[in-house]
Amino acid sequence: MNEVLLRATDVTRRFGGLVAVDSVSLELQRGAVHAVIGTNGAGKSTLINILSGELAASGGRVELRGTDITGWPQARRARAGVGRSYQRTTIYPTFTVLENCRLAAQARHQRPWAWWADATACTVSVPAARDAAARAGLAQALDQSAGTLSHGQRRQLEIAMCLATAPEVLLLDEPLAGMGAEETERMLALLAELKAGHAIALVEHDMDAVFRIADRITVMVNGAVLASDTPEAVRRNPAVQAAYLGGHE
Amino acid sequence: MTPPRSGPRPSTPKIASVAIGALALALWPLVTGSFGVDLVTKTMIYAIVALSLELLVGATGLVCFGQAAFFGLAAYAAVRLSPEGAAASLLWLLPVAMGVGAGYALFMGALSLRTKGVYFIMVTLAFAQMAYYVVHDTPLGGGTDGIYLYVKPVVAIGSMLLLDLDKPLPLYYLVLGCLGATFIFLALLLRSRFGRALAGIHVNEQRMRATGFSTYPYKLAAFTISGAIAGLGGVLFAVKDGFVNPELLSWHFSGAVLIMIILGGLGHLRGAVIGAFAFALLQELFKSEAIFGAFAKHWLLGLGMAIIASVALLPRGLIGIGELLTHRLRRTPRVPV
Repeated sequence: MNEVLLRATDVTRRFGGLVAVDSVSLELQRGAVHAVIGTNGAGKSTLINILSGELAASGGRVELRGTDITGWPQARRARAGVGRSYQRTTIYPTFTVLENCRLAAQARHQRPWAWWADATACTVSVPAARDAAARAGLAQALDQSAGTLSHGQRRQLEIAMCLATAPEVLLLDEPLAGMGAEETERMLALLAELKAGHAIALVEHDMDAVFRIADRITVMVNGAVLASDTPEAVRRNPAVQAAYLGGHE
Repeated sequence: MTPPRSGPRPSTPKIASVAIGALALALWPLVTGSFGVDLVTKTMIYAIVALSLELLVGATGLVCFGQAAFFGLAAYAAVRLSPEGAAASLLWLLPVAMGVGAGYALFMGALSLRTKGVYFIMVTLAFAQMAYYVVHDTPLGGGTDGIYLYVKPVVAIGSMLLLDLDKPLPLYYLVLGCLGATFIFLALLLRSRFGRALAGIHVNEQRMRATGFSTYPYKLAAFTISGAIAGLGGVLFAVKDGFVNPELLSWHFSGAVLIMIILGGLGHLRGAVIGAFAFALLQELFKSEAIFGAFAKHWLLGLGMAIIASVALLPRGLIGIGELLTHRLRRTPRVPV
């Protein structure tokens, strides 16, 4: 069995009377893609927000490499190795691709008191940024303004910014959203490559992609886990078929 | 608001324009009289305060409406801390009074940075008004009459007098030196890791947190530095006029500084300086009875109309004129604001 990097146990989030995430437990292992699927409003993005620390859990526990991080703020979790991407692209459009990645890499090497030192000459963050951009397939676009990238390239940049922070856990919220067939293939190839060294949680609506790349799938309905198993077992699960897949074979 | 761009390395034309501006200011006293020296000394002090606000608004995206508090409190501190009947040394008075501005900024920022958007603007205004009423309504600030600085501070080492600030020219060059030092300090700061983090916070604070930056300490540090720089302006203003009154802390002054940086062009240090000079010159222009006759009594109306026209016609501020002309001549579209 692979090393468990992130473990969520009975994680719950309430918004007033609404239970958006209801006692969800899952484990993210190094070298595996754990997909989280469900209809809109099932609580997938809320779950990612809880795991990344953007939202506080109303109950339950989140552990990173065995350490309880439930009370940690988002920035501390990110520095500890929990990277995330957003459903809506959240790049810095007025910066170049390199500067987007460099700023992300700077998070692990902040040194804010060194006010006299030029950030773009940093010997730590600049090589890390170049490496992350190259891994995400953006080596040719380093000096391009991020605002001029295509949608697919922006999603790649989102992943590159994640990688620049040197995370062990990647929480990816709909990385394939709005992509064409070619861009989807490129992103899936990238995720397959990243799988080796990371534990990946993948929230995605593209079922073909999910079943191709996921090692384990958790199905959520109304904030709760309906099923959590291998892709084959989930595909055959009658409850999942009835609730969500609609006969996807 | 123009978001910060990457590429903090300044280009040759930018450096050249700053050098020409600095040279022109250095030579100004040689070609003008006492009125001109006094006007530009005051304007350079405004430019220092405008630079302090540019760090918050243009670089970090924090629209602070309380800059007058840091300016005014430091000015009051400089007067209150100066011994009566003897000249204080600026070498200790300046950092201590700047510390008062920075201290109040730290206090204001620690609480106001918990809010966002229009609430942040209102909370900073409220804190500035608190400071205003403390100096306005208590003996500490001398009430509406204000207080006088009877003996101006000196720059001296031991018994050797380096600068006599009672004379206009030494004061002029001291203020010019402070403006230059502030500009260079902020230019370096904005291209450092700290400055790039502020730029990231301006563009997308949520993303910065997700990347691993605790954004609150960064914003608080920017706030405190801004308070110290505004305090520098306050001390110089007190030394120049030899008098402080509560109007230095009024919201009118906070608004005027905000107008200066908008007029000049947000997101540029040069814009803040240009905006301060444009504001001061427009003020003098519309106050001139020689030009406007009886209408000069209504100079605020003329100033307001000129600023509205400027903002409407130049959304990037005065700093954007060059770019606008270049694109008009080449008939190429500009990048939208």
